[in-house]
Amino acid sequence: MSTQIGARRPLPTRLPRLRPGGLLPIVAILAVLLVLVALRQPDFLAPPSLMSFLGRSAPIILLAAGQYFVIVSGEFDLSIGSLVTAQVVVAARLIDSDPSRTWPVVLLLLAFGAVVGLVNGLITTRLRVPSFITTLGMFLILVGAVYLWSDGAPKGGLSEDFRRFGRRAFEDVPVLGRVPYALLVLLVLATLAVVLMRADFGRTLIAVGDNPRTAELSGVRVWRTRTIAFILSGLAAAVAAILLGGYSGVSFQAGAGLEFGAITAVVLGGVVLGGGRGSVVGAMLGALTLELLFALMNFYGVSGALRSTVQGAIILLAVAVSATRQSSRQGER
Amino acid sequence: MRRSMAALAALTLLSLAGCATDDPVAGPDGTASAGAGSGTGEQSKFFVQADYDNELALLDATPTGPADRPWEQVLEPAMVDTATFRKAGPYKICFSNAALNNPWRQVGFKTMQAEVEAQQSKIKEFVHVDAEGRDQKQIADINDLLGRGCDALIVSPNTTATLTPAVEAACATGLPVIVFDRGVNTACPVTFINPIGGYGFGHVGAEFVSQRMKPGGKVLALRILPGVDVLETRWSAAKVAFDKAKVDVVGVEFTDGDPAKTKKIVDDYIQRYGTIDGVWMDAGAVAVAAVEAFQDAGQPVPPINGEDQLDFLKLWKEKNLTAIAPTYPTYQWRTPIIAALRILDGQQVSDPWKLPQPTIDQENLDSYLDPTMPPLHYAMCGCTDLPGYPQRWK
Repeated sequence: MSTQIGARRPLPTRLPRLRPGGLLPIVAILAVLLVLVALRQPDFLAPPSLMSFLGRSAPIILLAAGQYFVIVSGEFDLSIGSLVTAQVVVAARLIDSDPSRTWPVVLLLLAFGAVVGLVNGLITTRLRVPSFITTLGMFLILVGAVYLWSDGAPKGGLSEDFRRFGRRAFEDVPVLGRVPYALLVLLVLATLAVVLMRADFGRTLIAVGDNPRTAELSGVRVWRTRTIAFILSGLAAAVAAILLGGYSGVSFQAGAGLEFGAITAVVLGGVVLGGGRGSVVGAMLGALTLELLFALMNFYGVSGALRSTVQGAIILLAVAVSATRQSSRQGER
Repeated sequence: MRRSMAALAALTLLSLAGCATDDPVAGPDGTASAGAGSGTGEQSKFFVQADYDNELALLDATPTGPADRPWEQVLEPAMVDTATFRKAGPYKICFSNAALNNPWRQVGFKTMQAEVEAQQSKIKEFVHVDAEGRDQKQIADINDLLGRGCDALIVSPNTTATLTPAVEAACATGLPVIVFDRGVNTACPVTFINPIGGYGFGHVGAEFVSQRMKPGGKVLALRILPGVDVLETRWSAAKVAFDKAKVDVVGVEFTDGDPAKTKKIVDDYIQRYGTIDGVWMDAGAVAVAAVEAFQDAGQPVPPINGEDQLDFLKLWKEKNLTAIAPTYPTYQWRTPIIAALRILDGQQVSDPWKLPQPTIDQENLDSYLDPTMPPLHYAMCGCTDLPGYPQRWK
């Protein structure tokens, strides 16, 4: 049944083509940025610094992948930034610098992420609350709960074992120099995401985002598919929190603004807000492109304060482009 | 439908963009005070030459009072009469707190609570209101406390200029007002309690960093947020020292006191300039994150200043850093309670009440390192003799 729906339109993951959801534009932007970086700071492209750049970018790429599942199904998840912060603060307090608590806490964080995603998903699909209200509510709940629980300042500490994922690397690797653990985590999870999108689930997810009514009539349980998308987003946030907490240590702003970063990355990667178009690879490349753009801005001495401005402009532009295309497409019908 | 949803979503995103980075202390997101490579820029409007000279002189002054209780000591006392506030106890003491939003304030507030407990025979009630880092809330808090029968009001202002009228209004009711930590632009409180202050702190760190690095080297200055007097004066004193030493201040960035943001900023500067020869910061809470940025980039850690937070002292010792820790001691949270009780007893107190501000250096580092206390604890808490030590601070 679901394959039938998927077959109605060529899947975006198959071939890069110049249309909404295609990979070509993002690959082109990425290539241009790489050339600009190479001109300004050739050292940046040397294996060691490139590897550490990829390692540092791993959390936002994972968040973009998580956000992709939700957006392509026609919803939004604004709660991931606060979820990341909550996870880091909870991890620090529970681990309290005791290495033996690392693994239980890692499992707990993954469960915490999944439960937040489940709640987001069920409220959105079963109670029919629009997802940007649901997840905005979740955002505020998590911010408030963390503040209340910690009195406004983080307590405890993360163990070195915990921080290893976000901070350490395999050293002395031939050619590459060093390979950050975060990069390996990213590669494994990115592969899983691609496999998932090529399986029946991925086709169903896109069908649900493209036209939930048709999907419903074809026998797809739309609410279940969307809820799973939210759970995947929550899990991605949990992994990102483990990497980010590892990278920078206990922080009350570990996740501040990450929801925008992820959503910007997703739309930059050619995924249409509103659902149904775009690939998970595009979303992840979008995140990589955004990080590269920020690195380039840094090399040119552009103030970090402009990052949110750039993100806002990208979101507006992407929505405008997709809205124009959609209206022209509707005209054709 | 989809179009309007997308539009609504974009609107939500944009409006949320404002609050995502919303932290208790709203400050510019990045730099701005001085563009990259533009040197130290204009002097802060908070800079007052006479105060600067005075504070630097105080660094060498000998305090009066018990040597083993620095929170009761005073540098160059100027006693004021408090007979009009004399009253029979036990008292109700009220405290309007700017925030509890960082470990320094957490340690300080616990110390204050323990001091209240130690003095419980004289205090029948202690009311604490947390403004959560918001000026407007603190103005409302102070107004609210004025109607609650307090015998004395302690204020730790969130920001200097905005809170001044609220403190003046409190003074006007005839209540003894005690301001501590950050200041206000009025002399109406009975006393203003703080250590030597920002100029002293900023100067000690900047002198150390500029002397230990190569002449003309590149310094990165990390600040928390603009607009708070103790922080503005720290930077303005550092600016004087850096200009005098002719170092190249390549960046002045605001970190919001957050380690994640700090590590990213330092990392960006290492990438942009290849090397950084010195790091100065107006508060040491994020010193560890700055040090880690160098470690993770495989670079030697340049001369740096931190604070008396134990995670930094531990790292300093372990990695044998070239470091110094000017302090802004958390023991000052004990003093307002002591001052309130003295004022209500009609005893003279000093205004301003300047507390000593010790510096931790290579020589005395070991005496402040306590591995049994948590990493975010502050060594200079003066709390070891208080009820509940050490559990209360763990």
